[in-house]
Amino acid sequence: MSVITYRQALRDTLRAEMHRDENVLLLGEEIGVFEGSYKITEGLLKEFGERRVRDTPIAEEGFVGAAIGAAMLGLRPVVELMTINFSLIAIDQIINHAAKIYGMFGGQTSVPLVIRTPGGGGQQLGATHSQNIELFYSFIPGLKVLAPSTPAEAASMLRAAIRDDDPVLFLENLGLYNTKGEVPDDDTTVAEIGRAAVTREGTDITLIGYSRMAMVTSQVAEKLAEDGISVEVVDLRSLRPLDRETIVESVKKTGCAVIAEDDWLTYGIGAEIAASIQEGAFDYLDAPVRRVAMAEVPMPYAKPLETAAMPSAESITTVIHETLSAVGRRVG
Amino acid sequence: MADTAKPKGGGTARTGSRRRTRKDSTPDIADEQPKTLLDYYRQMLLIRRFEERTAQAYTQARIGGYCHLNLGEEATVVGLMTALQERDYLFTNYREHGYALGKGIHPRRVMAELYGRSTGVSKGWGGSMHMFDTEARLLGGYGIVGGQLPLAIGAALAVSYRGGDEVVMCQMGDGTTNIGAFHESLNIAALWNLPVVFVVINNFTGMGTTVEKSSAEPDLYKRGSAYRMEGVRVDGQDVLAVRNAAADLVERARAEQQPFLLEAVSYRLKGHSVVDPAKYRTSEQSEEAKANDPLAAFETRLTEAGILTDELKQEIAESVREEVTDAADFAENSPHPEVSTLFDYTYATPVPNESSRMPADPVFAE
Repeated sequence: MSVITYRQALRDTLRAEMHRDENVLLLGEEIGVFEGSYKITEGLLKEFGERRVRDTPIAEEGFVGAAIGAAMLGLRPVVELMTINFSLIAIDQIINHAAKIYGMFGGQTSVPLVIRTPGGGGQQLGATHSQNIELFYSFIPGLKVLAPSTPAEAASMLRAAIRDDDPVLFLENLGLYNTKGEVPDDDTTVAEIGRAAVTREGTDITLIGYSRMAMVTSQVAEKLAEDGISVEVVDLRSLRPLDRETIVESVKKTGCAVIAEDDWLTYGIGAEIAASIQEGAFDYLDAPVRRVAMAEVPMPYAKPLETAAMPSAESITTVIHETLSAVGRRVG
Repeated sequence: MADTAKPKGGGTARTGSRRRTRKDSTPDIADEQPKTLLDYYRQMLLIRRFEERTAQAYTQARIGGYCHLNLGEEATVVGLMTALQERDYLFTNYREHGYALGKGIHPRRVMAELYGRSTGVSKGWGGSMHMFDTEARLLGGYGIVGGQLPLAIGAALAVSYRGGDEVVMCQMGDGTTNIGAFHESLNIAALWNLPVVFVVINNFTGMGTTVEKSSAEPDLYKRGSAYRMEGVRVDGQDVLAVRNAAADLVERARAEQQPFLLEAVSYRLKGHSVVDPAKYRTSEQSEEAKANDPLAAFETRLTEAGILTDELKQEIAESVREEVTDAADFAENSPHPEVSTLFDYTYATPVPNESSRMPADPVFAE
């Protein structure tokens, strides 16, 4: 075991996959000479050359579409979009092309493409650079959407994404790049796409999150354990397909649930989770399913406003106490 | 052969000069094998009759959705398709039935796709706008204007990455030259030296909006100049001129590993789609389109040259009629895709928790 950052896990995996398969190539803005806006691709241009690490012009629709076309001919491009906000400029290619080509042509060609991109917030980047819009892609049949929360998952899920024959939106997070975790040495684990994980077992309440929120929920659960509250934590990991069974099985055990999400509440990922819980565990619910989500505003620049708008360990803790109180099981 | 826009040359007239394609250098049919000419004639006639039959089937509700025809563009379609080698790839927009035929796909499979049958070229999943055939290397008709351009340069990138010698042809309409994807794709293709020939079919109108009203540079073959891409304009009504111009650019793209832009000036005989009566056209414009019918013109040329005799003409007409009737019969008698296949093509790699829920099914199946 080695303890490495989420960033290092991504970089090591990209590098290993490029050595493993000649068809894997990287495309994106500033990934080569500049070594990546967030340094995920540091050193890769030097090692693999311009043929396989390709700096693109600022033309998201053009180079995402080019990656799709290259994938149709059997290459396995891994595209970096500087942040998920810029995916909006490529959304026609992602939704109308990448997600449709396999089905629309009767299964004649697949699109083995990975689009890596960080979501986030909390970096004082203002309204257009702090959005969490993974929902747009999670909504679309034909796409797979992964959201790893630890270095080990980042590695095993990126491996899975690159080897999968379908287009995968691979959600990273600015707040996770520097986080550390254990990764097995010479790791070759390939995660199973479409599975959530119970990352901590508990009996009092189910706490559901993904990406950065999966990390925060784990921290909250650990803290609450000190007060004798037993929180079961579910990390969604895969937003499409969505592993409803794992969520519902947990809620059947605990009888109540809180969802933590970095996107906006209305129509958000949590709305789908809550709807699934009411349909799959109606008779087991002892309290309404609560969601802790981003305040519904264009994200302001000023730090106190930004901090107030974002879900936090404190806000999640408050809602857990309120939910347990509603159940009548415990008042924090 | 044609007007050309070299990267650093060119005038800047703001009115379109599409009507002034040079006719003085029309290829001489005396230089061609009669067999070749008759083959082109037959292919053009096949597209004409196929599309007429398509329109008929559409009005009889045998075909659904949108339906855009290649009527009036037969010389352009056949000229372009004969310029490609079998191994070359083709991307098109949604006006593509003729291209599918020209790329060598059997009319039965094209018509069956229009009818939405499982024997169709896309197994009934695509329809009129979305035909695809791996073997023929038709890598799709695309319904979103400009959507096919980034894909085409990506295919060319894959060819280039592997050191292959295939060329990618990417067809589009005149309206496409104004969308961002056009400019992003031409720029990247030029930057990365990709073997792709962009072909703009200029039929003067994007639905009902004229080129002059939508393009600040209405000489569309010049629009590659910003990317130092050589552009050529050709008379799209002349199958030999189109073939020569396209073959020249295709072979240069192959040899020089760079992209080119070809503009084929053409006429749309009917409206934008089957249901469009084209009321925005003046009667003069409609007359002009009819007067420029490429099939009639080619027929006259071949007849005058003594290549197309009355007997041959009748023979070809009869065999084309039979082929189109056969295609329609095949389509009519083919099965629709089974509802049980509804979830077969959402993902290429199966993974857990994929949804196969029908509209009234509960989320959690018992």
